[in-house]
Parts: sequence; C-alpha cells; structure tokens
Amino acid sequence: TDELNQYPNVEETSKTVYSDPANYISALAKCYSSFVTAGQEKGGGDADLSSNNGYDYMRCYFNVQEAGTDELGSTWIEGDNIGDLSFLSWDANDPWVADMYYRCYYSISLCNEFLKNAVDSKIASFTEEEQAEIKLYREEARFLRAMAYSHAMDLFHDVPFADESVIGSSKLPEEIKAAKLFNFLVTELKDCSEGMLDVDACEYGHAPRAAAWMLLSRLYLNAEVYDAGVKNDSCMIYSQKVIDEGYALEADYGKLFNGDNHLRVGRGNEIIFPLVVDGTSVLSWGATTYLVCGEVDTDYGAAASEVGCTLAWSMFRIRGEVPALFDLDNDNRALFYTDGQNQYMDNGIDDRTGGYFVQKWSNLTDAGEAATNTTSDGVNTDFPMFRLADAYLMYAESAARSGNDMTTALSYVNDLRSHRNAASVSESELLATTDGIPYKFFLDERARELYWECVRRTDLVRFGCFTSNKYIWQWKGGVKDGKAVDDKYNIYPIPSAELSANPNLSNGDY
Amino acid sequence: QQTQINGLVVDAETNEPVPGTTVIVKGTQRGSVTMFDGSFTIEANQSEVLVFSFIGYLSQEVIVSPEANYNIKLQSDVVNMDEVVVIGYGEQRKGDLTGAVSNVSSKDFNQGIVSSPAQLINGKVSGVQIISGSGSPTSGSSIRIRGGASLNASNDPLIVLDGVPLEAGGISGNSSNFLSLINPNDIESMTVLKDASSTAIYGSRASNGVIIITTKKGSKDKIRVNFNSTNSLQIKSKLADMLSTNEFRNVVQVEGSDAQNALLGSNETDWNDEIFQLAYGTDNNVSVSGSLANVPYRFSAGYYDQDGILKTDNAQRTTGNLSVSPSFFEDHLKVNVGLKGSYNKNNFANTDAIWGASTYNPTIPVYSGNSVFGGYNEAIDENGKPVTGAVLNPLGTLNQYSSTSTVSRVIGNLDLDYKLHFLPDLRLHATLGYDYAKGEGEIYVPSTAAQFYVTDGRDYTYGPQKKENKLITTYLNYKKEFESIQSKVDVTLGYDYQTWKNTTNAYEETNTLDVSQSSVAADDQRHALISYYGRVNYSLQSKYMLTATVRQDGTSRFSSDNRWGTFPSVALAWRLSEESFLQGIDFLSNLKLRTSFGITGQQEGIGNYAYLPVYTISQNGAQYIFGNSTVNTYRPEAYVSDLKWELTKAYNYGMDFGFFNNRLSGSVEYYTRKTEDLLATVPSAAGTNFDKRILTNVGNVDSKGVELSINVTPVDNEDWTWDFSFNASWQEQTIKNLSIIPGSEISNTSVGSTIDSYYFQVLTEGYSPNMFYVYHQLYDETGKPIEGAYADLNNDGTINSSDLYRYHSPSPDYILGFSTSLRYKKWNLSTSLRSSINNYVYNGLSMNAGAYGTMSYNSSQLNNLHKSYLDTGFQSRQYLSDYYVENASFIKMDNISLGYNFGRVKNLFNLNMTAMVQNVFTITKYSGVDPEISGGIDQSFYPRPRIFSLSLGIDF
Repeated sequence: TDELNQYPNVEETSKTVYSDPANYISALAKCYSSFVTAGQEKGGGDADLSSNNGYDYMRCYFNVQEAGTDELGSTWIEGDNIGDLSFLSWDANDPWVADMYYRCYYSISLCNEFLKNAVDSKIASFTEEEQAEIKLYREEARFLRAMAYSHAMDLFHDVPFADESVIGSSKLPEEIKAAKLFNFLVTELKDCSEGMLDVDACEYGHAPRAAAWMLLSRLYLNAEVYDAGVKNDSCMIYSQKVIDEGYALEADYGKLFNGDNHLRVGRGNEIIFPLVVDGTSVLSWGATTYLVCGEVDTDYGAAASEVGCTLAWSMFRIRGEVPALFDLDNDNRALFYTDGQNQYMDNGIDDRTGGYFVQKWSNLTDAGEAATNTTSDGVNTDFPMFRLADAYLMYAESAARSGNDMTTALSYVNDLRSHRNAASVSESELLATTDGIPYKFFLDERARELYWECVRRTDLVRFGCFTSNKYIWQWKGGVKDGKAVDDKYNIYPIPSAELSANPNLSNGDY
Repeated sequence: QQTQINGLVVDAETNEPVPGTTVIVKGTQRGSVTMFDGSFTIEANQSEVLVFSFIGYLSQEVIVSPEANYNIKLQSDVVNMDEVVVIGYGEQRKGDLTGAVSNVSSKDFNQGIVSSPAQLINGKVSGVQIISGSGSPTSGSSIRIRGGASLNASNDPLIVLDGVPLEAGGISGNSSNFLSLINPNDIESMTVLKDASSTAIYGSRASNGVIIITTKKGSKDKIRVNFNSTNSLQIKSKLADMLSTNEFRNVVQVEGSDAQNALLGSNETDWNDEIFQLAYGTDNNVSVSGSLANVPYRFSAGYYDQDGILKTDNAQRTTGNLSVSPSFFEDHLKVNVGLKGSYNKNNFANTDAIWGASTYNPTIPVYSGNSVFGGYNEAIDENGKPVTGAVLNPLGTLNQYSSTSTVSRVIGNLDLDYKLHFLPDLRLHATLGYDYAKGEGEIYVPSTAAQFYVTDGRDYTYGPQKKENKLITTYLNYKKEFESIQSKVDVTLGYDYQTWKNTTNAYEETNTLDVSQSSVAADDQRHALISYYGRVNYSLQSKYMLTATVRQDGTSRFSSDNRWGTFPSVALAWRLSEESFLQGIDFLSNLKLRTSFGITGQQEGIGNYAYLPVYTISQNGAQYIFGNSTVNTYRPEAYVSDLKWELTKAYNYGMDFGFFNNRLSGSVEYYTRKTEDLLATVPSAAGTNFDKRILTNVGNVDSKGVELSINVTPVDNEDWTWDFSFNASWQEQTIKNLSIIPGSEISNTSVGSTIDSYYFQVLTEGYSPNMFYVYHQLYDETGKPIEGAYADLNNDGTINSSDLYRYHSPSPDYILGFSTSLRYKKWNLSTSLRSSINNYVYNGLSMNAGAYGTMSYNSSQLNNLHKSYLDTGFQSRQYLSDYYVENASFIKMDNISLGYNFGRVKNLFNLNMTAMVQNVFTITKYSGVDPEISGGIDQSFYPRPRIFSLSLGIDF
C-alpha cells in the first residue's frame, strides 16, 4: 500500500522546504510580499486566500485608513463597495473590513509558520553562517508579525491572539485585550530590534532595526487609544533613536513617492523601511499601483503620463478640507491637480469634478520617464512604510503633549517644514488648541506631510476627531455637510464569518 | 396431423424482428428458435398451443388452427421479473433486487439532440435531479441523486462506464461537460443505484449514488447496420426582461442628468438579435454489429456538431466505439474488449455578451462608423481608450474573442470472465480499465478589441492538461442454486486498485506582442484508492432475500492514521406475492417489501494533498526583492492534518408492486440519511491556518425523502398501445451541526455565488442548506417596495446584519416527472414533462440591473435597466432584499415527439422517422429567464433554446 503515500510532485512540503537553508529566504520573502501582493502568480493569480475583493494587504489598508476620512473621496461607490467605508456606516459584513482583517491574520500566520519551523533544533545542522542568517530572519519575521498585529489592534482593538504555537493546531485563539496586546508588542519589538541590523548593514528590502523603533514610536504615540496609558516619553525615546540612526530628510518631497524611490532608502536617505513594489518582479494591482493609477482621471484631471502611468482608474480625489490646510503656493507637499476642479464635493462624493486630484504618487523615474508599462506591469513605486519625517513629527507631538523638550520639538518641525519649503512655525502654534482640538497643529501637519500614506484614520482617532463633532468634513457620516457618527466607528467590527468560527470573540458595539 | 407452421416474430413497438425467440409447443419438449430475421418454422398439431417467449417480453400463446396468425408481435414486458439489471460488480435478476435501483434502458431514453448522457434520463427516475448548466452546447449537467449527501465535498454521483469508474470533474478545454465525451447513442442502459445497500459495494465513492452506464455490445446475429441522423434547429426562447428602447429612453429623459441625456442615441438596437442566432445542429451515428468468425462485435461512429444560439458558440464531437466479445473454451472464458474514443472541439463564445446584450444602451448603433475597436461602438474616455470597467459592445465581445479547445479522450476496458472448468459455479472476473483524456486550448483577442485594448489583446495557448485513470478490478463470484434447500447463493469477493494522475503544463498568458501578462504554474496531481470488498446474496424459495456487503477503502488523500474506511451494508427483501396466501389474488403480479441499511464514505471533491503542509513556490512576477536579488517566495497552503472520511448512514424502506400482469407497476421508497464528519469548507478561526475558509470534517447533515414511481399500460392491443409513467420525490435536508468546536454556537456560514462580494446564502444549523439570507423588504401601501426599508426583525431599533433572515432554499421540496407514449399502428407520440415545486431563485439580474444607479457605471455610457426598476424605482442596488428571491416552481415540457415507423422498405431496410420539439414550454411564476438555475443565483443566464429536430433511422 505504498501507493497510498502520495506527495505533491510540483509543490514542496514544509518538511522539504525547511531542510535546505537556501529556502529560508523564500519563506521569509512571502512574509514580506504578503503586504503588497495577493497571490503566487504575477498580478495576484493563484490567490493567497479566499477574499471578498481579491486584493492585497495594502489596498485594503489604504481603504480602511483613508476612505472614511477627509483625505479621500472615492468615485466607484457602488462598483468598489466602498460606500460604507466612505460614509462611516459599515457593519460586520463589510467586504473591505473583512478582507483587511483576514489579510492581517494571513501575514501574522505566515510569520508564525516561519517562526514555528525556523527553530534552533531544525537549523542546528546548518553552517554557523547560515544559522546566523536564519536567526536574523526570525527577528525580521517577529517584526513583521508585530507590524500586522499593530494594524489589527489599531483597526479592531480587542483581537484574537495567535503565536507560533497556535498555527496549524486545532487550538482556538483567545481574545486579547488591546492593552495586553500592546504590552506584548512593545516587549516583542524591543527584543527583536536587538537582533535586527542597523542602517548600514541592512540590505534593501529587509527591515532594519529602526523600522522596529518606528513601530514602537507609533504604538507609544497612540498608547491611550489602546487603553495602555500615556506613553509620550517612550515615544520620544524611540523616535530619537531613529533620528540618531543616520537617516536624513529628503530635499525633493516628490522623489519619496516616485518610481525610483528605492533610491531613497537607507543611510543619508529618508525612507527607513519600504514595502517593495516592482513592475517586473513584485507586480501588484493593489499597493502603490492602486495609488498611482487610482489617482489618475484622464476625463477630468491630468494626463496619465504626468505620473508615469498609462492606466487611469479614476478611483479617488481628495476632499476639500485637506487642501484647505495647505498654503498651496508655499508647500512642496501640495501635489494637487486643481484645473477645472471644485475644491469641495458639493455634488456628491462620486462626482469627479469635485475634490482636487492628487499627484503625490508617481511611477516616474528621477529622470522623468515612465518607470514601467503600467498596463501589464503595474508600477515601480515602493510604499514607504516608515520614513524619517514621521519620526520628527512623532517626537515633536509627544514632546508637546508631555511638555518636555520643546526646543528640540520645534527645531524638528521647522527643519522638516524648511525641507518642504514651508514657512516656519512658532512654539505657541505647536501648543495651541484650535477649534477645541488641543495640539491641532500636529493633526494638520501630519495630514500635510503624510496624506495618503495610511495614517489618517489613526491620527483622527488619537485626536478624538474621527467620529465626533469636534471636526466635521464633507460627507462624513454620509451627508453633504458632514455629521458626527456613533463612537463605535472608531474601531472596525470583527467580521461576522470570524465570529462564527471563533466563539472566543465578540463585537461589543456592532 | 402435424403441419409445418411458418411465421415471423417481431417487436410490437419497433416492428423489428426478434431473433432467438423460443417457440415451444405447450406441454411438450418440442420447440424451435426464431432466426435472425425473426422467422421460425415448427411442426405442430391442430389445437396445440404455441408459446413464444423471450427475455424482456411478455410471453404470448397462439392456438394452432388454420385461421391463426403466426405473425407474432411480442409486447415488451414492463417489469419483467427475470430481466437482468446491471449492478455494482455484477448483475442481478430484477426480482431478486433488495435495494433501491432504477434502470432506464435505451428505449425509454429522452430523444432529440442530447449534448450529454445525463440528459437521457432527465425526469425518468425518481429522486434524481439533473440540471443543465445553460443553453450552451458546451455546458454540462449537474446530477443530484437524492439531493446529494454532502455540503462542500462532491455531490456528484459516481459514474461507472462498463465497469470503469470514470474520472470526475472536467479537463482544460472541457471543464463542464466531461461526460459528453461519451456518445449518448452508444448507451444501452443506465442504472441508478440510490440506497446504501446497492451503492455500498462502491464504498468510498457511493454516498451520492452511482450511475452505471452500459454501452451497446455486439450479438451473435447477422450483420446489422444502423444509421441514425438527427438534425435540429435551435431558437432562443425567453430572454431577460429589460426595458424596451422606448421605456429606456423615457426613463433617461425624465430622470437622467443632462450628461446622461447626451448619451442617448437615436437608434433602436435589439442587442439580443445581434448576439443570438438560429442555431443548427446535427448528430449522426452509424453502427455495425454482428459476429465475425463467431465473435460478436459492434462498431459505431458518431459525429455531432452543434452551434449555440449565442453566435460563435459551437461544440463538435467525433466518437468511435468498438466492442468485441469473443468466448473461448466453450464459453468458459468470456472476453470483452471495449474501446471508446472521442475527439471534441469547442468554440467557447464569450458569454459576457449575454450580460452585455441585456444592459447595453439600446439607443446606439452596433457599429461606430470608424475602424477603431474593429468598428464596434464602445464606451471611450477622453483619450479615445475604452473606459475601464465599461460594459463592452456585445457583438464585439463575441466577434473579437476566440477561444477554442480540443479535447480527446480514450476509455478502454478489457473484461475477462472465466468460469472454472472444474467448478463452473465459480467465476473469476478481471477488468482492466484505462481512461485517458487530453485537453488544450487557444485564446486569441486582437489588439484592436476593447476587451484587452490597453494590454494589446491576448494570444496564447494553454494546456495540454492530461488526465489518466487506471483501474484493476478482480473478483471471484460463486453462484449456486441449492434446490434441496430451495436456496440461491451468490457470493462475490474482490479487490480494486485505481490510480489517477492529472498533469498540466505551465503556460504564459501572453498578449499579441508576445509579452507575458501572467504565468500559470505547472500542476501534477495524483491519488490512489485501494479497495477490498465482498457481497453475499442469499435467496430462499425466491421469497426471502438477503444482501450483505462490506467494502474497505484506502485513500491517499488522508494521512496513514485516517486513510482506511470500512463501509458495510445489509438489505432484506420479501416477495409477498410468492407466498401461498396471496397466490389466489389474480390481479396481483408482484409485491415485494425491501429494507436496507448501509454506511458509505466520501473523499471526492477535496484536494489530493489537503492533509499535508504543502508549500507553493511563486511564479515570476510574484517575487520579492532583497538588495539586488529577486527571490521567489514559498507560500504555505492551508491544510488540515487529521482529515478523515465523511460518512453517510442511510436507511431505505421500499415496496415494489405490480398488478394485472404488471400492466400497473411501481415502487415506493422512503429513506433517511445521516451524513457525519462532513467535509465542508467553513470559516477558519483567523490565526490558525492559511486561509479564511478551510475544508475540514465538521458537523452533520440529515436528509430524508419519499419517492414514488408508477408505470401503467392502460391500453395494449395490436393497434393501440398507451403507457405512461410517473415519478415523484419529496426530500428534505437539515444541517444538524456545523461547528469545528463541539458545542460552540455557529451562526451562519456564507456560501454560494456572490455578486460584488455579497453572499446571499448561508448554512445554518437546524435549517436546510444554502438558504437565502436576506432582509425582509418593506412595501408602501401601493405595494411598491421602499428603498432601503427592511423589517427590524430583532426589534432593536436599527437595521443591521442581525436583521437578516433565512428565506427558502434553491432545492425543491418536490420533483415530479411524467412521461407518456401513445402508439397507433406505426405512429408513436410521446412526451415527457418535469416539475419542480418550491425551489427558489435569487433573481440577480433583476437586482444587479434594476436600480437607477446601475444605469451609469461611468460617464461615457448608459446601461439599460431591468424591468423591475419600473416596479421598484430603486436608486441604488438592494443586494440583500428578499424582493429578489422568487418562487421558481415550474412545469416544463421537456420534449414531445411524433414518430412513424415505415417498417420494411422494399425489403431492403427498416425506416423510421421522428419529429421532435425539446424545451417545449415552461410554466412558472419566476420572472427571470429560466427557473431552473443550478445553485439558485441567477446572474446572466444563457437561455436554454427551444429545439426542433427531425430524426431518421435506417436499419439494414
């Protein structure tokens, strides 16, 4: 009955994969690529998992972090099922919410599988050099897992917790309270950053230790949202570590988001950790391709060639409130196309003549050529997950909130603004309460610096502005002039399918 | 005084000679046998009685007299207790059957153009539901026996062709109609095994029933040549109910914006007329049978060529079938060699055109007047490029798309049946079977076509995919009648070994400039099944019968801890009509009670390596970059290491009856079935596996049903024969448990087709599978649905997902079938009807094109709306409204035919002709194109055509 022992002939099994040290990089690469691509074939074919919309992590992440905020007006409300995200009216059946949730846990599971298999006992027979390499990969996998968990916690608050002991078992993950998960992530990140490489040793594509510090800073900055108390001091410590690591602000803001932005990574550059996208080998129809092609609308906006692409998806514009934050003529970051456009979306969020087009994301090379043929290859633009400007702003905001070291804080803010060709600001501006919102300068400055970089929802929540009437933008809550919505929308619901599979979980307010 | 009597014996229905009929002088040893032409000669005295008998016919008696007519017309026996029925690994007399077995022979098959063998018995067997996928000649049928036993594992019955269990599923280039590669004209009979007692001998693959197909064989007659040709025309019948051009224009003018009004043209284009055509089909078969040097043979060739009513849709099939059945050592060794080959060419139309024709703006012309996009009028943006996501010109969609495939399949079987010389009651049987198929195809879309305009068209080939299935069956059979104890014993012991191999070459999807758009990995899938089985049939006094079987299967699809399953069954039957206390009742010809219990297994429909932690390497383009190196990634696949057999425990209680010499006969069945350890795809708790849903063993499903079938021959005489048959089934399925974690509460598992990522159906414990899960629509006082207003079913003041409710299911409560045929002399009129009651369908087209918002997906084009818009006035789509779940009960007349048998023409050949109409009419309240929708979600249905055909048969 040997015939009954059949093994795959094209694929491998975990046993064969992890018996060869050369394969570990390929297993780790999947942990990374799971953030930007959706399958094992070019462009998302042979999909990773059954999903509603079929897109990668970053397309989902962009939608859940931006669509409901003042930074985005989506065109294809019906066709892209993005109405409920846009109007803050989703429920536990929302397709994008579910896709985001499962994408987070898919990446977590990939890292867990790597950590479960790349154990000391299994690699003991490899050379010391190979072992050292694999141990480094383990730290990177822990970092990536923490990053996906931090998104899950930020979006869903109390979530299931699964580590490498749960993957592939019949154990059901227990719910972990956000505060407890926060502590786990902090400990985990501090620990893995010890083993990760510094800016000089770290090869492009891998996460350097400063990426772990950036994530720590983000967690500390938002600690209160996660019921973990106020942690401004810790945020300052880790953003300072990042600033001391050897990165430098980029003089040409646009080059951070173009088809050659891989040249902006590492020592002396601004990008700390990019998610790699490449038209030839890391082809994605989500991630940055979604941003570049999505921002182009050749019917009303500029020609697609202006941002180096040929496909115009006409996906979205920016709502009027965000351009209003800019001194449009004196800020390099105001990369808007305004010709013939109304600033506000008076005729509906899907009216393409309302809201400026954004030209921040681009597939042009530094020389101004199209980096790829987007019709079959997507774009070449990396997604800068962490960049130095954010460290400056996190440091300054924490300093302002804790009343510590305002001198450094002010110098960081103005250093950044001078790189962006924007006017200097005073200390009182940093500390001001505007429209009843304390430290509103940082909420606004972060929008100016980081719009369309998947941080807006998190920032609005931290400032108590996402659902409340403290700050209203057009079409917030689905009405033209905007309105406050139920506070439950500060977090997303666990998808109903997951509730049916894991009785340890619940959705309090949904 | 003995006189020599000369006569002729023919079949009463077909007027064909019946060679081999026994002619005996009653009460004597004197007899004769009819010749190949049905003629006989016998010596007999006046007043003696001649008895004519032949298997499958009612015996007939004639008193010898000068006036007697010796041109005998034998009437076929409706239920002949001596008729032999093919069952698993053997055959059995009908009278000895203990299980729920239905046999349909070729004379009762549905007639007309038949694209797939399954359609031959549609509506003929109780408890069997057959739904063709669509009106396309390339589409297949789904077959459900007693509704299927599983949820996510396969619900397809096992199909055994001449002893070879066939490869399941499809193949590249013929994914949906794999069974069509068997020529329906070569099929002699189809036997449907329904209960566990009759199927359990097939063990692991028997949970969904078994269909045994037996093909025609040669006989020891003289050479017979049969030619049959059917030619047909197919026309479109009911189409989607969209706004007329005027209604559409009116809606746009009254409600549309200026920009929308600007998109109105002045034409009146009927897009359905553009894409649909009058389709021609032909099916020609020739067969030669006879015996050569005493070796019976049959050879047949068939050619089938059917256009679809959708332009560019076509299926062609050339088949050859050879069967040779020599015998050696005075019939001790019987050999049968069968070889079936088919070559199938398909032209797959781009069925997107059907949606397009429903929704494309009817006020604009087909052609733009310029040569861009091949001259077709398309929605373009300001740069002159097709609008992303626009509905494409329906005719351009068809004409600028070429998808062809060729599929060849060879099925060979060698049967050796050896009766031992020293113990003739013991037979040794071996079957070697081989099923090989190869499919490949080619896609071409010119770079001018709007479909792939921005990526320069498509031009690539895929495949070949190769499927190989090898079988060795060996069994010993001992059959003996012990007259002293009035017992018959039939024992079978066997061993089967079957392997499957399925390989596909890697290929690149390239455009017309030969630039790769995506690459598809090579595939190589194999599995094996090893089985031991045994069966005992015991009959006492031809009254009491017992069948017991056991089978043990080992599959490569489970780990060594779980791979063996044992599947026993037992059945009892009691022929009351043989009891002395019923012998006096003249009108009772048969009465039998049956009961059976059995356990069957299931492992079809799941992956071959689903219990192993498989890793897939990525293709180029799905890599990651570190430093300067591009790395292909390894992805772990979801797996469940402790997968095991899905088990079905089934009880069956049946009664067979026959009255008035079986002129009225039938059977009633009641069954219950419990499926445990269901192989179901259910949500997996996040963080435990590598997919959102995984296939695993969860929960139970119970089902029960009642089946009734009745055959009546009210009139049967020389000029007239009228018979009809009726069958009815009632069935009910309930999910008992569906949780991975015992005792945990599982609310609803979304299943079924989706539209824009909305699911419409759920599996819920305590309910039937696949029920629609929707909001309850509220209506205003005029009966018009109120947009977005739904019932607050849980009374919590808000309408959210907890107000969804379960509303009916796509499975019918009752399935009815009715056939009748009326013969007057040489004329024959027959028809069959089918009905399905309380099956529900979600009218997806009505929803998806029935809201004002769907008129514009982009600023360059208008789309036509479904007529339901006039009733609802919905502004945006109401996906989950129960308004769109409709009762799709129906009565269909599947076919009606009128035949005339010319009999012998100039003593050269027999001729018969039949005119037929298929898909004659449908009576239903369902508002969509067709109420018969597999799965219950009607999105854009390829209408089943009405078919008119003329068939001509010639026998030499």
